[in-house]
Amino acid sequence: MPRQPQLLVHDHRDNVGVVVVENLTAGPDILGVVTEDNSEIRAVCNQDVPIGHKVALRDLAVGDSVIKYGQDIGKVVAPIRRGDHVHTHNLKTKRW
Amino acid sequence: MATVNRTIWGYRRENGRIGVRNHVAILPLDDISNAACEAVAAHIKGAIALPHAYGRLQFGEDLDLHFRTMIGTGANPNVAACIVIGIEPQWTQRVVDGIAATGKPVAGFSIEGNGDIATVAAASRKAKEFVHFATGQVRQELPLAELWVAAKCGESDTTTGLASCPTVGNMYDKLIPAGLYGCFGETSELTGAEHLAAARAASPEIAEKFMRTWTAYQNDVIEAHKTSDLSDSQPTKGNIAGGLTTIEEKALGNLEKIGKRVSFIDVLQPAEAPARGPGLYFMDTSSAAAECCTLQAAAGYVVHCFPTGQGNIIGNPIMPVIKISGNPRTVRTMSEHIDVDVSAIVRREMTIAQAGDALIEAIVQTANGRYTCAEALGHHEFVMTKLYRSA
Repeated sequence: MPRQPQLLVHDHRDNVGVVVVENLTAGPDILGVVTEDNSEIRAVCNQDVPIGHKVALRDLAVGDSVIKYGQDIGKVVAPIRRGDHVHTHNLKTKRW
Repeated sequence: MATVNRTIWGYRRENGRIGVRNHVAILPLDDISNAACEAVAAHIKGAIALPHAYGRLQFGEDLDLHFRTMIGTGANPNVAACIVIGIEPQWTQRVVDGIAATGKPVAGFSIEGNGDIATVAAASRKAKEFVHFATGQVRQELPLAELWVAAKCGESDTTTGLASCPTVGNMYDKLIPAGLYGCFGETSELTGAEHLAAARAASPEIAEKFMRTWTAYQNDVIEAHKTSDLSDSQPTKGNIAGGLTTIEEKALGNLEKIGKRVSFIDVLQPAEAPARGPGLYFMDTSSAAAECCTLQAAAGYVVHCFPTGQGNIIGNPIMPVIKISGNPRTVRTMSEHIDVDVSAIVRREMTIAQAGDALIEAIVQTANGRYTCAEALGHHEFVMTKLYRSA
């Protein structure tokens, strides 16, 4: 039985992944799976991130677009480092 | 494919449609007739009252929607027979006539000049007769693929787009080509994925009709009343707690429930019955769960598939609502609400195709008469959509 992934990523173009386990603690070696082709990736996590929340797969600057499902889900409003928790404090909709 | 030949045990109604429940509905035309309807339902076993908040001094498009929802609810094949009670006879009769077009037993009663007590007595006598009619109906073996199955997601989180919505999408990919009627809605909640939704229309004309509908909702509802982040209503507090950050992210997960292969063949007004044959339909609805489910039931859908991440508990009085969740925490903490646990998807122990098959099994069992969690727990949210203030 392969190790259970801690992070799922929809699409290879995505710059964030979703935590899919409870009680994930910060760490340098997080196992991710890209669901479009079941390939494995390695990620890092700079904080404890709750299940369902997003982690950055690379550094992002203010004004960059966050990509998930291979699509634009909003703009970065505070600098993000690889491994940071991505949520309402640093990502904002472009719609309203 | 095996699913094409699956059967369920349902009720073939007078108009040929298949019902999977056998309700005698006691339907108030207006808010002030709720008490009489509830009294009849309390008196006659097997009758259910459908109280709601509206029906007086509405006009124009809003009144049209009121009548469409009333008539559609009574006409739904999950309703074997229907009593309509209103304050006055004329609008009451309009609803009775609309429901009677299906061929099912229906009767109207009005309260003015009679009072509640005499009305309840007369309606109860008729309701008892209808309960005998309904309980005399026998389930028959009928094709699964003839069902009308709607979908809407709620209390979504990031697992919704990873697991429970793709599960519904996989079911649609398997059953719609075999003849199923599908339906998705939630106009405002497609914002950020509207271009992808439009690309799934069956023709350029339908895509244009979809974009007109979506743009009208944006302009008339959202832009006219908008606040920053829509006052934490899109995404909701529950969505945000579950990890969703923006409407775009929520919309992309939402759209996963229409699958990968089917196109939608028409754009329906709220509560409008589909009329272009089997296939997937988009309906212009609010994204609030009870409003959307009520409109889909009024359009004639008899089973509902409801993906949830954080644990929406919605039910409907006439249409069984099947809950699907892929969030491991939700299926642990709210297990009494979840009919189909697909959390194994996020552990990579279950494929989307296997989850779709599990959902089809749940649809078959539900159609055969097994209660959904929402039915067993007594959820019967019936919420009319109102377009603007009454006169």
